[in-house]
Amino acid sequence: MTQDIVMKVENLVKWFPINVGFFSSIIARRQLNVRAVDNISFDIRKGEIYGLAGESGSGKTTTGRMMIRLIDPTSGKIEFQGKDITTLSDSELKPLRQKMQIVFQDPYESLNPRMTIHDILSEPLQVQGLGHDEKQVEEKVHKTLESVDLVPPEEFVFRYPHELSGGQRQRVATGRAFVLNPEFVVADEPVSMLDVSIRAEVLNLMSDLVEKTGASFLYITHDLALARHMCDRIAVMYLGKIMEKGPTDKLVYEPLHPYTQALISAVPVPDPLLKRSDIVIKGEIPSPVNPPSGCRFHTRCPIAEFPLCKEKEPPLNDYGDGHYAACNLIGTAKWQKSSPTT
Amino acid sequence: MPLLDVQDLKTYYTTLRGAVRAVEGVSFQVEKGEALGLAGESGCGKTTVALSLLRLLPRAGKIVEGKVLFDNADIVNLTEDEMRKNVRWKRMAIVFQGAMNALNPVFRIGDQIIEAIVTHEPEVSKKDANERTLKLLQMVGIDSSRATHYPHEFSGGMRQRALIAMSLACNPDLLIADEPGTALDVIVQAQVLKLLRELKAKLNLAMILITHDLSIIAETCEKTAIMYAGGIAEYGNVVGVFKQPLHPYTQGLMAAFPSIKAARTKMASIPGQPPDLFNPPSGCRFHPRCPYAMEVCKKKMPELKEVSKDHFAACYLVTKS
Repeated sequence: MTQDIVMKVENLVKWFPINVGFFSSIIARRQLNVRAVDNISFDIRKGEIYGLAGESGSGKTTTGRMMIRLIDPTSGKIEFQGKDITTLSDSELKPLRQKMQIVFQDPYESLNPRMTIHDILSEPLQVQGLGHDEKQVEEKVHKTLESVDLVPPEEFVFRYPHELSGGQRQRVATGRAFVLNPEFVVADEPVSMLDVSIRAEVLNLMSDLVEKTGASFLYITHDLALARHMCDRIAVMYLGKIMEKGPTDKLVYEPLHPYTQALISAVPVPDPLLKRSDIVIKGEIPSPVNPPSGCRFHTRCPIAEFPLCKEKEPPLNDYGDGHYAACNLIGTAKWQKSSPTT
Repeated sequence: MPLLDVQDLKTYYTTLRGAVRAVEGVSFQVEKGEALGLAGESGCGKTTVALSLLRLLPRAGKIVEGKVLFDNADIVNLTEDEMRKNVRWKRMAIVFQGAMNALNPVFRIGDQIIEAIVTHEPEVSKKDANERTLKLLQMVGIDSSRATHYPHEFSGGMRQRALIAMSLACNPDLLIADEPGTALDVIVQAQVLKLLRELKAKLNLAMILITHDLSIIAETCEKTAIMYAGGIAEYGNVVGVFKQPLHPYTQGLMAAFPSIKAARTKMASIPGQPPDLFNPPSGCRFHPRCPYAMEVCKKKMPELKEVSKDHFAACYLVTKS
């Protein structure tokens, strides 16, 4: 089992220091940090689609970027194919970049408007020193375009991004990520900028590519309904911490953590006859500069027990079948199993 | 007698490249105390419909044809002055898209609401307006002591609440909410939608909810109109439309929507792209993407016809059988 773990993250932490003015730094004396990611651990298996879900500001994008070393972690360990890559230098990382790729959120921003599709897709090959044989490059570009359903490729290679629709652009971005046959791909909210009717086709394309290439996939999203359809396992983040993680069906049908329960009950359902239970969570996500003590969710938790939850930070406990949750109250009288979902 | 009766509305934008036919023959009714969900992809004309109702179109946009009967009076031909004095805000109000940017960052929240009241009801004294503002803020769940705060001191959800409070400042009969949930997190979005539902029941408000998210409509509205490329593809009671979608576009849209409750299936998508409105396809505007397109679909635009009670569709496939 441990053999096929491709990506492993242990106690990963990222604090962004806040720059304050000279005088306030004298008065405050304390360095303030945005605790974007605060001690999280999980692993991704070969060929698996792993979902990272959470509200905005929960640290999911920072986590994704750290895993492919676009941002340096403050502390913790990132292991890729059994090798510690946390402290590798840029030149040591370069050969590994071939195996780790990312698809960004906004295809309107992430493609260079002055490059043709051919240039965009062949640039990774050039950078990795695989672009000497022009004929080979061309063949590879054509194959990639075919694999992302931009057919016939001849029609697309000389176009510019502005000549493509949003869905087509995101396919190009996906193609760019897969052109080097990566073994690990991060997709950061890849469809949130796309129209509903074309979302599905981009997501289906991604899961097909994962199936075909056997790559591992980290899917970052705020939309649990989409995550459920895409992912094999999901981790739910809140204020830089993992609140609950486990196999998708377990997490969606039997959520243990009150936060996950609330998150799932807050997802609107396209069925006018279904009356969902009222939302019990009040307020909004607190600032990560000064996160609540103890359990970070205690300020909004409907069942929080004081002073327990305010003082004790709950560990991520194992509840069987790879299902973990971090809550002090699971199993106590106050805690409720979530009601059956259908 | 419906509160709002839109008949064959056509709104075009004139540009250098020619006319953009953004809204082409849209008709619907909204009763008092009823919510209509206007759904569709970006660029299908949802927001243009809303702006046409309030006559707030940008200079290039113009209502070319059609009637907007509000309380039995056609507001298409009212003058700008009459619109401002009698209709906007007092009868019909809008919550604009993007709560983050719709408030003026350099004025206090309370003052912005007072301004709205005083502009539309000049006879109200500043003191009364202030009192009303505090009540409005309480009604949407904001502590009235926060009226003196600036927008940047509010979170996203609170700004959206403040905007809703502002739109209700002059007791309108009809509230138009343009994408009230987008840009908010799921939990906050659920809170805002709950607030809208409560306000609707409490004030007997008629509502038009514009969104691309079908699930929001399923939860909030009694009626829905599915728009595609400037026209209405399907229209009717929410339960009917969601349980038995007739138009191929609606069917495609529903299949593209994952439900967290339903069984895990492969999502389907609608092939192709929404059309360019400079040069929309002939006949039914959906025919290039429609899996069932027939010869007649390419030639003539199908009319919106009642298929069963309270359920209309504009498709030859449905009306024929």
